[in-house]
Parts: sequence; C-alpha cells; structure tokens
Amino acid sequence: MLTEKKLAPARSMSLAQLASRFRELGIAAFILVLAALVSLRAPAFLSVDNFRDILLNISILVIVALGQMMVIITRGIDLSVSSMIGLTAMMVSSMLVLFPWLPMPAAILLGLALGATLGAFNGLIIAVGNVPPIIATLGTMSIYRGMVFFYSQGSWVNASDMPEGFRRLAKASPFGVPNLILFAVAVLLLVAFFLRLTRAGRDIYAVGSNPDAARFAGIRAQRVIFTVYVLSGLLAGLAGVLWASRFEAAQTNTAFGFELQTVAAPVVGGVNIFGGSGGVIGVVLGAFLLGVIENSLTLVKISPFWQLAAQGLLILLAVVFDAAVLRRMQKRGS
Amino acid sequence: MSDAAPVIEARGLSKAFGGVHALRDVRLAARAGEVLALLGENGAGKSTLIKIITGVYQPDAGEILLDGRPARFTDTRAALDQGVAAIYQEPSLFPDLDVAENIFVGRQPIRAGRVDWRTMYEEAGALLRRLGVRLDPRIKARELSVAQMQMVEIARAISVNARVLIMDEPTSSLTQGEVEELFVIVRQLRDSGAAIIFISHRLEELFALADRVTVLRDGAYVDTRPLAGVTTEDLIRLMVGRDLAELFPKQHVAAGELALEVEGLGLPGRFSDVSFELRRGEIVGMAGLVGAGRTEVAEALFGVMPAASGHIRIDGHEVTVSGPEQAMALGIGYVPEDRKQHGLVLAMSIAQNITLPTLRRFARMGWLSGAAERRSAAEDATRLEVKMSSLDQPASQLSGGNQQKVVLAKWLSTNPQVLILDEPTRGIDVGTKAAVHQLMSQLAAEGIAILMISSELPEILGMSDRILVMREGQISGRFSRAEATQERLMAAATGTG
Amino acid sequence: MAKRFLRWEWLLVALIVVMSVVNTRLSPFFLEPTNLLRASSDFMEIGIMMLPMVFIIITGNIDLSVASTLGLSASLLGYLHNAGWNIWLAAAMALLAGALCGLLNGALIARLGLPSLVVTLGTFSFYRGLAYALLGDQAARGYPEAFTLIGQGRLPGTRVPYALLLFIVLAVIFTLVLRGTRFGRYLYAIGNNEAASRYSGVPVRRIKLMIYTLSGLMSALAGMVLAARFGSTRPDIGSGLELTVITITVLGGVSIAGGVGTMVGASLSLLLIGITRFGMGLMNLQGQVQGIAIGALLILSILLPQVGGWLAKRHVWGRATLLPVGAALLVAVAFGWFFFWSRGLMLAAQ
Repeated sequence: MLTEKKLAPARSMSLAQLASRFRELGIAAFILVLAALVSLRAPAFLSVDNFRDILLNISILVIVALGQMMVIITRGIDLSVSSMIGLTAMMVSSMLVLFPWLPMPAAILLGLALGATLGAFNGLIIAVGNVPPIIATLGTMSIYRGMVFFYSQGSWVNASDMPEGFRRLAKASPFGVPNLILFAVAVLLLVAFFLRLTRAGRDIYAVGSNPDAARFAGIRAQRVIFTVYVLSGLLAGLAGVLWASRFEAAQTNTAFGFELQTVAAPVVGGVNIFGGSGGVIGVVLGAFLLGVIENSLTLVKISPFWQLAAQGLLILLAVVFDAAVLRRMQKRGS
Repeated sequence: MSDAAPVIEARGLSKAFGGVHALRDVRLAARAGEVLALLGENGAGKSTLIKIITGVYQPDAGEILLDGRPARFTDTRAALDQGVAAIYQEPSLFPDLDVAENIFVGRQPIRAGRVDWRTMYEEAGALLRRLGVRLDPRIKARELSVAQMQMVEIARAISVNARVLIMDEPTSSLTQGEVEELFVIVRQLRDSGAAIIFISHRLEELFALADRVTVLRDGAYVDTRPLAGVTTEDLIRLMVGRDLAELFPKQHVAAGELALEVEGLGLPGRFSDVSFELRRGEIVGMAGLVGAGRTEVAEALFGVMPAASGHIRIDGHEVTVSGPEQAMALGIGYVPEDRKQHGLVLAMSIAQNITLPTLRRFARMGWLSGAAERRSAAEDATRLEVKMSSLDQPASQLSGGNQQKVVLAKWLSTNPQVLILDEPTRGIDVGTKAAVHQLMSQLAAEGIAILMISSELPEILGMSDRILVMREGQISGRFSRAEATQERLMAAATGTG
Repeated sequence: MAKRFLRWEWLLVALIVVMSVVNTRLSPFFLEPTNLLRASSDFMEIGIMMLPMVFIIITGNIDLSVASTLGLSASLLGYLHNAGWNIWLAAAMALLAGALCGLLNGALIARLGLPSLVVTLGTFSFYRGLAYALLGDQAARGYPEAFTLIGQGRLPGTRVPYALLLFIVLAVIFTLVLRGTRFGRYLYAIGNNEAASRYSGVPVRRIKLMIYTLSGLMSALAGMVLAARFGSTRPDIGSGLELTVITITVLGGVSIAGGVGTMVGASLSLLLIGITRFGMGLMNLQGQVQGIAIGALLILSILLPQVGGWLAKRHVWGRATLLPVGAALLVAVAFGWFFFWSRGLMLAAQ
C-alpha cells in the first residue's frame, strides 16, 4: 500500500526530458517546414552551397552562444560578449599588422588569452563582488566597447593591412570543409564533453538548478560562477579572432549588438532562462533556426529590415512556448 | 554504551542573525556507534546548530572539535571531506538533475577522467533498493513526490559513508513502513561505528532509535540524558519548560452557525474531494504529513492557487475565490506557513506590514494619510503586544515570535470571519507560542471560525474542537476532540490504521 | 534603510559638486545658465524614460525595450507623417503604439509569468525591427515647426527649454506617486517580496501591467521629444539609450534586486551623468570612450557599498583570499601593460 504511489513507472525518459526532446524536435520540424516553404519560392535554398553559407554564417554564433548557454545555466547572463569579440578582434588584428610573422596558432592563443582575461574580470565582479550579472555585464559591455575606441582611436584594421595567412584562417578549407565550421564543431564537442562528462561541468547544472542545495552539497558556487564567465570570455575571444579573419577587418563596432543573438540562440533552443537546464543540441538548433530565417528572408526577397523583428518575435514565441509547457507539466502534478 | 571520547563535539556555540540570537552557548557531543537525538521545539535552534557543525554557517563564538581536535569548516565541502555529512530540513535536491546525480552530486564516480554514468546509475539503484524504494535513478528530481525526495536525500547522506551523519527531520513526510526501513539502515550505520545525530518531532521515533538525547530550548542548551528511563512527559517538560495546560489554554466555545462550507474541492495533482465545514467559534485542526496537501487546500480557499473543482460557501452563499484580494473581501484571512516568504515583507517596517492588506482604508484618491495609517497600525501592534523599538523598525529585525505577531496583527486588522492559520507557532519561542494559543482561543470566543493547520500533534490535540487529517491530498480522518489521540491521528496521516 | 539611502543621495550630491568643479576648471563657461540649459536638452528623453524605469526596477523587474519602443513610436510618427497625416494625429497614434508596446510587455510578464529580462530582450529587437520595417533605411523629415518646438523651443521670455519643463512636471508627478500613494507603497512591497504582497491582497499582476504600459507610453513620449529635437526620424533613433537609462537608475540607488530606491536619487544620478558627460565632451572624449566611465560608475555603484562589509569579515585577510586577489592583480597589470604597449605601437605605426 505504501509503495503504491512511490512506484515511478520505469520510463526510459522522464516528462521533463520528453519536453526538451519535444522542444528540439519542434525546432527541427519548424526548420524543415520553413525550408520547404522557402525552397518552393527559391529553389536555390536547397543547394549545398547555400547550406554551407548558412553554416558559415552561424559558426561564430554557435561558438559564442555555447559560452552564453553555460552562463545562462547558472542563472546569469553575459551581455558583454559582443564587446569582448570587438576588443579581441581589434587587438589581435593589430598585433598581426605589427608582427605579420606571427604564426596562426599564436594569434588564436592570444585571442583566447585576451578573451579569458576579460571574462575573468566579469567573473570577479559577479562571483566575488556580488554584482548582479545583468548589471555587471551591461557595465563591462560599455567599458570593453569604449576600450576598443580608445585602443584604435576610431581607426580600422583593413583587409590590406592583414597578413594573407590570417585572412585565410577562417575561410580556407584544407580538410574539405571551411576551417570556421571545423572550429565551431570542435568547440561544440569540447563543450558537450565538458558539460556531460566532467564534475566541473555537472557542477554548473547543480549550481543553476538549486544554488542553496549546491552549497549544502559542498559545491563551491563562487568558483563555478567565476568559471562560466571565464569560459564565455574565452569563447568570445576565439570568436573575435575568427570574426576579424572572416570579415577581413576589425572595426570599432565589430559585433555591435551581437549579444542579442547569442542570448536568442540558447533561449530559442530550450535553455531555461531560470537556470539549471539546457544542452548543446538545443543551442545549435536555435542558432541554425536563426541562420535559416536570415537566409530565407534574403532568398525570398523580404526586406532585410524584417530580420530583427523576426528574431525578436522568435525569442518571444520560444519563451511563451516554454511557459505553456511548464504550466502543462505542473498541472499534471508530480 | 561506551564512555568513549566523542567523535564530534560542539562547545559554547553562539550565533545571531541580524541581532536576533538563534543560539546561545550551546554544547553537544556525539560518540562513535551511538545515535544522539537532538530535541527541541521549532525555533529552539536545532537547525542552526547542525548548520554550524557542517560549515553552512560560521559561529559567532565557540568551537567544533572533531576527534578532540579543533576543526574549522569554512564550507560544507570542508566538512564533507572530514566525513561530516547531513540531511538538512530544507529540501535540497536539484530539480533539473536526475535521481542518481542528486545522490552523487559533487562526488560523481570518475573513470578514465570522465564521469562514469553507468556506475553511477548502478550504485544509485543499489542504494535505493537498500532503502526499499523502487525508483528509477534516471528520473529527474523535479518529478518526485515529497516522500520520494526525502528518500533521495537520505540516500545521498548514506552514500557518503560519513563518520558523523546528521539527519534533520528525515521522516517528516514518510509513512510508517518507510520509517522502519530507514531505521534498519541507521542502525547498521551506527553499528559500523558512525556517530549519528537525529532530529525528529515524533518522540516515539526517538525512543525507538536513539541512545541519548540532547534538549535545546529557545536557542539555549537544556540537558543531555540517556533515553533509557526517560518518559515522554519528561522530554516534553524539558523541551517546553512549562506545563502543557498553560501552553494550550483552550476555552470551550459553543459552535455557532455555519461560517464556511467546502464541498468536493479539488485541484489535480494537489488534492481532491475535500469537504468540510467550519462554524463560528470553532477551532478545527488539520493534521497530516508534510506534503499531504493541507497548505494547498488553504491556498485554494484563500485564492492563491484557486481550486479547479468543488464548491465554497460562506455564510451559506456560494462563492468563487479567484485571488487573495477577493478572499479578503469575503472575510477570509490566511496566516501562511512560511512567514518570511509569504507572511511578511521583511525589509518594510512593522507599520507598513500591518497595513499592507488594508491600505485602501487610508487612501483618498490613492493618496495615503500617514497619520491614520500609523494610528491604526499602532493599535493593532499594541493589541498583539508586539515587542518593538518603534513602528518604523523593519520586520526583519524582530524575533520569530514577534514577527508572527505582526503577521497576526496584519490579518486581524482585516476583520476576518474565517481565519486560516498555517503552522501558526512554527519557529517561535515558547512564551509567544502560549500567547498565540491564548489569542486563538479568544478569537474563537469572539465568534471567528478558525482552521488551524499544524504538524505538531500536541498543538492539534490541545487546541482543536474538531480534527481533520489529510493524507495524499484527501481527508483521511475526522475526529472529535474527545476521540482524538496521537496514535489515531498518526494512523490516519500515514494510512497504516 | 531610509538612512542608508539618504547617505547615498548625499554621495551623489557630493559627486555632482566635484564634477561641476572639474568642469569649471575645464571651461569657465560651464556654469553659465544658458550653457547648462542648452546641455540639459540632450538628457530629457533619457530622463522621461528613467521615470517609469524607476518604478519597474523597484518592483524587481527590468525593461530593456524602452529605447526600441522609442524608436518604434518615433518611426510610426515619421511613417504617418510621410503618408500625409496631421502631425498631432500621428503623434497621438505614436503614443498609443508606445502604450500598446508596453502593454504587450506587461501582459507577457504579468499574465504568463515570464521573466522580464527575456521578454523585454525579445521586444527590444522586435520593436526595433518593426521600426526598421516601417521606415526602411530612409529618414522621415520635414515636421512642422509647431511640432519641433517641443524639442527645440523655449518657454517664451526665458531660456528654459520646453522639454526640460515637461520633464520637471513629470518628475514631480512621479515622485509624488512613488512617495505618497497606495500605488507607490505597492511597488516597494512587490519589489521586496512579491509572494508576500500577493498573499496580502496586493494586485500584483495589475500593477505590473500598469507600470509596463506606463513605461511604453513614456518611451513614446520621449520618442516624440527626440524626433522633435532632431526634426527628423531614422529607424535607429535612440538606439542604445536603454543602457544609459538603466545605468542612471541603478546609479541613483535603485536596487536591481528590487524594493529600494527613490525618485530623488535617480534624478540626482541623471544630473550627475549629464554633468559628467558634458565634462568629457569638453575634454573632447568620444561618446564611446565616455562609455568606459559610465560602465565603471555603474559597476562601482554596486561594488563600493559592499567594501565595508568585506573588510568587516574576519577571514578576509587569510591566504584563501589574498592568493586569488594577488593573481587577479597580476593578470590585470599584465593585461593593462599589453593593452597600452600594443596600443602605443599601433598608434606609432599609423
């Protein structure tokens, strides 16, 4: 009698998992429907070239959004990613202008180091200084952007100033696929491995899911939170190097406003803004959906000015959908 | 029982939160191979004490000795590393993680540098089977029932293989059978040489399990005794420090006309088919395990989370309660279980807290009259004998008992005809507790109908005219004052009658 | 609590005095009323948006969409004007649109219980996107003089701009509402403990709906003032202002965690930022470099009040804290050196 209610049926998948699978399937289905509609009006949509274009366009977004996802899992937000991209892009390209003989791995390492440093400042302000993440990164967003201007005194680094090797870094395809896509895939695999198979990765979910319980369980939440901002900065640093290489320029407004997309991709992909849950597949699907929409709008010749509105609408739909699912789940009771 | 040196010892511990003393010069010592019961009323300081021992809080004064050597745990990780583990009273599961990971969080098995999920699921499954729970370790904690959550927390504490294991109310939502299984395991752990500190409100559990008992009262140490030869009455006297008659001053009031009728009330997943009535001048007690759905029924009546089905009648008129605002207008008052989360706006002043539900009275065209508001608040605070330095003092600076008085003052100011009290004396000192009971009795005499939810059976038995017992979302027992005994209520609450 | 924030407001006053002295050093004309009054007009849109933002942040929420709402309503004004509408009718429609934008935010937040950060991040780009969709990459111009007077005109016989007057009147109303009314009390109660407020019969949802609608309306009003001042509208009008508005509000002592803050503090903060920017303008610093100071002020305004608390903690000077602090300083110095070294090389190379 007493076990009557305790007998949780041995389902292979729980309700919550089902919901997130459903979410991922839902986005995938939405992408397919969109693709079908667009290809009716613009058959070029289904070409391999176009597909590669979409992937190229979202590679940098995926890299940064993965860092953003880890931050969101801990109930935070990193609005400074766009400025970190801008600053590393500017500093690394400047270095390459000054020292054109620098090997590419060194440029990448420099980008990673700069990004991690900027991220560490965020982490310190948030984890040690107890400044709410939105305020801290809103502040550093404008500080880091101001530093880009101060650094360059408003001037640009142009394609003609950049060494040939750097311009090819993102676009060359020595392995048949553009490097940029390979970078994104590599980051994706590393983040997936880290989140699923290391204790440090699991701690991120624990801290986001229940910070008080994490403290009771002996997890040092401060360190975990510091770490996710460093990682977010690290990935933004990598993205800065790739951005400068891909667009063959570093400007004062590089990646301006990009933070919105890095938040949109995880949120659309089912990463819970209240923390604790989310996975890499969702982020990739979310980024892919954003990429497909951008691409389709161009192909079916809808004014690119609708792009921004569509993106905002998508975020709203995603959170409304989440709320509806959550409510349904709560109604069924636990 | 050996007189061996204690494994863990606390000496002279004191701790204050914002000027309110939670602990004053408290000591405690537990030896290897014994179960030490820690006893005290809600608010006596038990939870604070164990949180200091496990490094959640740092003491203001005093020290912790582990194996006779001073130990400083700056956080729970440090305590865990030294073999000191605990189940805390607050639910401390991770809703987004699965059962297995909840058990092994922070200590996931590692193989070849990677978290070994297979081993983790196997070990978690084995552990749960040992506890007699059939639960899929892959299920997310979010979907567990309260009792299942408690079992997972127990599994977590046991999996540590701690030398010192502290269990704060591990049985509050378990049925008799589950408690038995837990005790078998606790005894095994004890016999293998662990020191166990066990907190429970059910005295009979302590007699069944513990070797010695340490009693706290109002944040101070009272005594430590072997349980052999001690009676329940002795323990209650140590714990309460005064006579029970004084604590439960229930006057007999003849029940008047019907004030509230509830018929077939239901909310899927929370409670179903709840029917009862409440008459003027009556105090009806509502007993049951934690998670049985009592608070949910109260919140439905008050409109915080309205019921999906059923009828509510007030003074014979059918009403639908869709929100607290409307419930107030209907003459319903609700003193919630969680004083700090739901009862008070801690950062605001005493006066502002008291007038929050009745602000409309002091506003003309939305503009507040400060003088009228203060006058009214002062009256209410004086009536309840709130001890304060001024009406402008933030509620956060008051002791638990005085905070509860402010909450009561706030609801009395709305002139309720039906008053729902959810755990009205949780976490408050004995003196205030008696005062709250006195007030309840007086209010009933004035003709207010009172529904009192309580997890303390002595309080239920001492204060109620009639008693309802809830189990798993339904009313499982109805008793008159004369019929009710602790045993009968427990049987109805756990379904082992 | 009241005492602490009284102190905060005095700190703002002190900073204002310091900045004024610095500015007077930089330019002897700084303190001339004409000069000050002219400079003030750059800030009135921000001030108008700040007023409801104080309400929203006091309840523990946020509105990132204010500048986008400004952009949408100003663009609608331009669009309708281009379509030949009467300017006042167009402005009325624009105000209505702003209020609807706010209502949508409020409905999603209050009715569906969604987090305000995500909702307004979504509408931040949705509303701005609609602004672009309305106007494309062209600008609307040629507003009648009667309309541009709102942004450019002065009170007859004085040098007081209409926009300043508008802000002052609104600020007084908002201050009184926050301090003296039931509505104001509810805002603080919700911000300190939303659940307890709901349990006490405070109409939490209705109030959230109201403050977001108000925020939308005020943003639209700010949009009218800005469009009138520029005499034209481009779809990116006012973009990025949400950051300034939030910064000023938080710097004014309105806690992002909710429940704390005054309109006086926020207004002083508006003045402080205005004077600081003016001073940096005198020093010929670009707007974006000024962002460094504004961002730093924002973070420091939350960090500094905590410093006392840290120092009071006993174990603050242990190895456990000194090590990471040392490491952080080392990294900061290394980064700073690299930053200035490479910047020097770069500037020399040009």
